[in-house]
Amino acid sequence: MAEPFLIGEGMTGGYGAADILHGCTLAVEKGQIAVIVGPNGAGKSTAMKAVFGMLRLRAGHVRLEGEDITALSPQARVAKGMAFVPQTHNIFTSMTVEENLEMGAFLRRDDIRGTMEQVYELFPILKDKRRQAAGELSGGQRQQVAVGRALMTQPKVLMLDEPTAGVSPIVMDELFDRIIEVARTGISILMVEQNARQALMIADRGYVLVQGANRFTDTGAALMADPEVRRSFLGG
Amino acid sequence: MNRTLLLFAFVAVLFLGTGMLQSWNSALGILNMALISAIMALGVNMQWGYAGLFNVGVMGFVALGGLAVVLTSAPPVPGAFAAGGWGVLGALVLGAATIAAAIQVWRRLPKGAVRTLALLAVLVVGFFAFRTVFDPAVAAIEAINPALFGNIGGLGLPVLLAWPAGGLLAAAAAWAIGKTALGLRSDYLAIATLGIAEIIIAVMKNEDWLARGVKNMISLPRPVPYEVDLQRSAAFVDWAQTWGFDPMTASAIVVKLCYAGLFGLVLVAIVALTELALNSPWGRMMRAIRDNEVAAEAMGKNVTRRHLQIFVLGAAVIGIAGAMMTTLDSQLTPGTYQPLRFTFLIWVMVIVGGSGSNWGAVLGGFLIWWLWVMVEPIGLTLIGTVTAGMADGSWLKTHLQDSAAHMRLLTMGLILLLVLRFSPRGLIPGR
Amino acid sequence: MDILNALVAFLNFVFVPGLAYGAQLALGALGVTLIYGILRFSNFAHGDTMAFGTMVTILVTWALQSAGIGAGPLPTALIALPFGIAATAALVLGTDRAVYRFYRKQKAAPTILVIVSLGVMFVMNGIVRFIIGVEEISFADGERFLVTAGEFRAMTGLQEGLAIRTTQAITVVTAIVVMVALFWFLNRTRTGKSMRAFSDNEDLALLSGINPERVVAVTWILAAALATTAGVLYGLDKSFKAFTFFQLLLPIFAAAIVGGLGSPIGAIAGGFVVAFSEVTVTYAWKKVLTYLVPADWAPDGLVQLMSTDYKFAVSFAILILVLLFMPTGLFKGKSV
Repeated sequence: MAEPFLIGEGMTGGYGAADILHGCTLAVEKGQIAVIVGPNGAGKSTAMKAVFGMLRLRAGHVRLEGEDITALSPQARVAKGMAFVPQTHNIFTSMTVEENLEMGAFLRRDDIRGTMEQVYELFPILKDKRRQAAGELSGGQRQQVAVGRALMTQPKVLMLDEPTAGVSPIVMDELFDRIIEVARTGISILMVEQNARQALMIADRGYVLVQGANRFTDTGAALMADPEVRRSFLGG
Repeated sequence: MNRTLLLFAFVAVLFLGTGMLQSWNSALGILNMALISAIMALGVNMQWGYAGLFNVGVMGFVALGGLAVVLTSAPPVPGAFAAGGWGVLGALVLGAATIAAAIQVWRRLPKGAVRTLALLAVLVVGFFAFRTVFDPAVAAIEAINPALFGNIGGLGLPVLLAWPAGGLLAAAAAWAIGKTALGLRSDYLAIATLGIAEIIIAVMKNEDWLARGVKNMISLPRPVPYEVDLQRSAAFVDWAQTWGFDPMTASAIVVKLCYAGLFGLVLVAIVALTELALNSPWGRMMRAIRDNEVAAEAMGKNVTRRHLQIFVLGAAVIGIAGAMMTTLDSQLTPGTYQPLRFTFLIWVMVIVGGSGSNWGAVLGGFLIWWLWVMVEPIGLTLIGTVTAGMADGSWLKTHLQDSAAHMRLLTMGLILLLVLRFSPRGLIPGR
Repeated sequence: MDILNALVAFLNFVFVPGLAYGAQLALGALGVTLIYGILRFSNFAHGDTMAFGTMVTILVTWALQSAGIGAGPLPTALIALPFGIAATAALVLGTDRAVYRFYRKQKAAPTILVIVSLGVMFVMNGIVRFIIGVEEISFADGERFLVTAGEFRAMTGLQEGLAIRTTQAITVVTAIVVMVALFWFLNRTRTGKSMRAFSDNEDLALLSGINPERVVAVTWILAAALATTAGVLYGLDKSFKAFTFFQLLLPIFAAAIVGGLGSPIGAIAGGFVVAFSEVTVTYAWKKVLTYLVPADWAPDGLVQLMSTDYKFAVSFAILILVLLFMPTGLFKGKSV
C-alpha cells in the first residue's frame, strides 16, 4: 500500500514528564474520513494534537503527502494545508460570522469570496446570520462556524476534535452529513469522537485508542462488526 | 543563610562607608528612614508575599499612621471639641449609618426599580443630613485661631502611644477597604487601592479641621530629647568634650541614635512576630492559600476571611511605620505624600529584597532606601565627571547638572526591571 | 430667559469642560483597554507614556516655533503631534522588545506584568523629568478662544457667557477623528480584525495563522498614538507637568474599567461617564440654581456636592460601584 495522505507514525510523547502517547499511529487517505474513538483518558485528543504539532514528540514522525512535518509549528502546518477545529473556544465569539470566516482565511492573500460562498452553501444558516456575532449563535451553529472557519484556508486535511460535543442528536446527524459532504470534495478528515457508534458509521477508517496506543484499527464498518469492539467500546 | 548574611554585611558596609566618607550624622539619618522603610516593606510583604494581595495603596496607610500621631499626641486645641467636635462625630456617625442603611436596603429589598429608588433616596437624604450637621461643625472648628490651630486638636498623649494608634487607624481603614475590594481580581484590587490612597491624601489635604490640611502640623512632640536641650545641658556638653566630640554634632548624633534604637526595637519585634507567624500553622495555611487558592478553598479554608486578616495586619504594620515616620519628622505635611515615593518605592524594596521573605523585605528596605538617597549625590558626581570637559555655562552642561536630581526614578526603575528579569524571586527568595 | 441663562451657565461650566475632559480620558482609556485586550495586563506605565509623548511634542513645538513655523490660529503642537507619536511608538516598541517580550514568552501571570509595568513607569517618568524637568509648561499658542464669554453675551444678549476655548474645540474634534479612525481600523481592516480576533481568542488566532508579534507591535503603536494624542490634548487644555499624567492614571483606569476592560466602545463611554460625574459632583451649582428658582429660594451655599479636590474620590466611587455590581463593566469587557 502506498504512503497515506497524512500519517502520524509511532508517536510517543506527552505534555510533561510522563508520556500520554505510546507508539500511536494514525493515518488518513485523501478524501476519506478517519475517526478516533476510545474510552475517556485514552489520549484521543492528545493524539490529534500531536498530529497537528501542539505536542512535542519524543519519538515518531508526522508526514503529509510524504513530507516530514514533525518539526513544524502548528502555524506552519496551517500553511501546509492542515486545519484544526478545537473542541472548545473554537470561534471568535465577539466577531461576526463573516469575520470569523475571514480570520480563518487570514493567511490567504487571494480572493476568498469563492471559498466563503462554498462555506455558505455547505452551512446555509450561516449566510443568514453572517452579520451576527458568533457568540450569539446556538451550539450547533457555533460548531458550523468553527468548521467553516477551518475550511476557509482551503485545507487538504481537516482535523476535528469532538465536533458534536454538547449538541443535540438531530444537530449531530446533520453535522455528520456535512462532514461527509466536505470529505466528498476531496478533503481528508481526521476526527475524534465521543459518539463512537455514529462516528464509526461514517468512517472509512477507525482507530480505537486505549492508554495512548492503538488497540484496534480497521475500516469503520469492520470495527462496528467486531464483537469485541462492540462489547468493550460501543456498549454492546 | 550565608548569602543572607553576606548581603546584610554588604548593606552594613554601605552605611558604615557613608558614615566614614560623608558624615555619621547623614549616615544615621539614612539609617533611620531605612528602618522605617524596612517596616513598611515588611507590611507590604505580608500582604503580597504571604497572600498575593496586590496593594498599591501603601501611601494611604502611611499617611493614616501620620494622622494618628496628630490625633493622639498633638496638644489639644482649647475649645475646639466643644465648638464642633460633637458635631463632626455626629456627622460621621450619620454618614456611617447612611451607608449601613443603604447596604441593608440593597440586601433586604427585592431587585427592581423600587430597590434602586429606595437606595438613591437613602443615599441622597443621608448625604444632605450629613452635610447639614457636618458643615457648621467644621466651620466652628476651623474658626478657632486659624493661624495657629483651626483643627480639632490631639489628645496630648505620649507620642509613643501614637505608633500603635497609627497601626489601629490603618487597620480600621484596611478592614473597610478589604470588605469592599478584596474580592476583586488582582489588578482591579491594585487600581482600587491606588484610588483609596489618593482619596485618603485628598481628605487629609482638604479637611482642615482634622489636621490643618496643607497648612501642615508642625512641632509634634518627640519621644527623644531635643538637640538644643542637650546642647544646653552642662552634663551632656562635658560628656561630649571628654570624648572629644563637638557638642553640636554629638547632640544631633545622639538624638538620631535614640530614634534608631526605638525604630530598631520595633523592627526586631515585628520581624520576630512575622517570622514566628510564618512558621506557625497559620503561616503554612497562608502559604497554602497563596499557592493554590482553589485547593485551599476546597479544603475548607475560608480564603476571603484569611485574605482580609492578612490585609488588615499588613496595613497595621504600614500604619505603625507611617506614625514612626511622622514622629521622626515631627511634622505632618499631607502635600508631600507621593505615590512614587510611598507606594512604588516600597514595592521596589519588596521585589528587590525577595517577595515572601521577611529578611528580604528588611534587606530591600535598607538597600533601596540607601540607594534612593545616595543616587542623587552619586548622579551629581557622575554628571560632574561627564560634563567636566564641557564649557562652563553651555546649555547642555547646565541642563545635565540640573537633571541629575531626577536620576533617582530612572535608577529605581532599572533596578526593579533588572531584578524582575534576572532574579525574579529577589535577593533573598522566600519559600 | 432665566432658563436660557441657566442652560448657558450649565453649558459653560459643566458641559463644555466635561466634554473636553471626557474626550481626553476616553483617548487615554482606549490605550489602556487595547493593551489589556491584546497583552492582557493593566499597564501602569500608560500615564507616563502620555507624559513622554507630550514631552516630545513640546520639544518639537519649540523647535517649530523657533523656526517660525506655526499653524495660524491652531496651536503649533498639532503639527508636532505626529513627531511625538513616532517617538513614543519607537519608545514603547523598544520597551516591548527589551522588557515585556521576555515575560510574554514565559506566559507570566498578569500581576507580574503589572509589576513590570511599574518598573517601566519609573524609568519613563525618570526620562521625562531628566529631559524636560518638573516645571509647569504651557505650550498652547494660536487663538485662545473660539468664542469668548463677552462675544457670546454681545451676540445673544444673555447675562451668562459661553466661552469655548480653542483647545476644547480641538480636543473634541481630534478625539472624534481619532475614534472614528480607530474603529474603522479595528472593524474594516485585516490587521484591525486580526487584533480583535487575537483579543477574543488568542489560541484560535494562532491556529488561523495570525502572527502574535505583529499584533502586539501594532497594538503598541496604536497605544502610543492614543497616549500621545490624549496627553497633548490634555496638556494643551490645561498645562504640562511631568507628574500630572501619573495622576490621570486613576480616572483613566476608572474609565476603562467602567466601560469594560478590553472594550474600545466601553472605554469611550467610560471616559465620558467619569468626566461628567467628576465635573457635576464638584461643580458649585449655585449659579445655575439661582437662575432656575424664584429669587427668595436662591441657595445660600455654593451647592457643591464635594470640593474640587475630591474628584479622585468620584472616579474611584464609580469604579468601585461598577466593580461590585457589574464586574465586566457597562460594555462587556474581558475578565481574564
